[in-house]
Amino acid sequence: VIRAEGPDSLLVIVPAFNEEGAVGHVVAGVRQWVPQAGILVIDDCSSDATIEVARAAGAGILPLPHHLGLGGCVQAGYKLAWETGFQFVIRVDGDGQHDPRDIPLILDKLKTSGCEMVIGSRFLTPNGSRTGAARSLGILFFRAVLRPILGKAVHDPTSGFVGVNRRALSVFKSSFPLEYPEIEALVVLQRKRFRFEEVSVRMHPRLAGRSTITALTSFYYIVHVLLGVFVNVLKYERRWHRPAPGSSRSGSGPGAGA
Amino acid sequence: MDRLLNVTTAISIVLLVMVLFSVRRAHIRPEYSVTWLIAAGAILVLSRVHGLLDLLRKLIGLPDSPLALFLIGSSVFIILSFRFSVIVSGLRDNNIALAQRLAILEYRLQSLEENEE
Repeated sequence: VIRAEGPDSLLVIVPAFNEEGAVGHVVAGVRQWVPQAGILVIDDCSSDATIEVARAAGAGILPLPHHLGLGGCVQAGYKLAWETGFQFVIRVDGDGQHDPRDIPLILDKLKTSGCEMVIGSRFLTPNGSRTGAARSLGILFFRAVLRPILGKAVHDPTSGFVGVNRRALSVFKSSFPLEYPEIEALVVLQRKRFRFEEVSVRMHPRLAGRSTITALTSFYYIVHVLLGVFVNVLKYERRWHRPAPGSSRSGSGPGAGA
Repeated sequence: MDRLLNVTTAISIVLLVMVLFSVRRAHIRPEYSVTWLIAAGAILVLSRVHGLLDLLRKLIGLPDSPLALFLIGSSVFIILSFRFSVIVSGLRDNNIALAQRLAILEYRLQSLEENEE
């Protein structure tokens, strides 16, 4: 049973879909590096032994009744974390790409900076992480798209290795992109004038399984994410107005406080 | 032109019958069938009342009636498709929220049971 204990309670959520080959290793790594954290594997209706492997490794299991996709899966974890009172949530993918040794870095940054989201970035400093040419091009493209919207550079906008605090949870529990959520989530936070920071992390090739984004779906991915970003920018009401007198948030543009 | 209007008449009648049977068998809920019935009825009326179709053709500014009927029919079905996309999107959102709620409740129920044990 996962409980939020203490003022700095941390829940590590692991969205997983058919990750029986990697999820046990991921859970064991998280337990080793952040033993105080609750670990919750959100099973997106896998047809393999993901649940059994994750349970054997000692994780709590949130089994979804049918396949929701990555965003719906992550949001379910955010909702549970919100309802059970966790202060911080860090998402670690179930395919083994994210290195659990970097979780304390993200948690420290969340605590010390006070910002609402911390992104584990492959590209902040050279650290040996490798990315394919097509994905690198996509990341460069979205960096350029997001720069004027966010008001600051984001080096790794497609990273799923992300930590959020309770203020971000209060938003994501009711408003979270359901497909390809990483980039849109940044814009959702920006709408609320929340801040994000990046920390340098290592990423590895996935231990098992295949990426959901293939060459065929890349075009759909780009159009879908661009549309999501555009729609969220349209919702950004206060973008065109000055902050109210006495507002605790500083700054005057979409990148305020970032 | 008469042959074409006979074809559209037949299509609209088939559509009307299909929708009515589907409602009767509960394959379509009545609130979603009304739009189809109105669309099929409108095409049937336009196909049989030549004066009305000609009046619409002049209003739109098209050279001939079959083209006007095709344009009106296409527009109706595009609007219908959009309406149903809105409905499906709402249902999907509700479905996701329900699935998440069910999973969370099951998780909390299981936690309670484990606590009791």
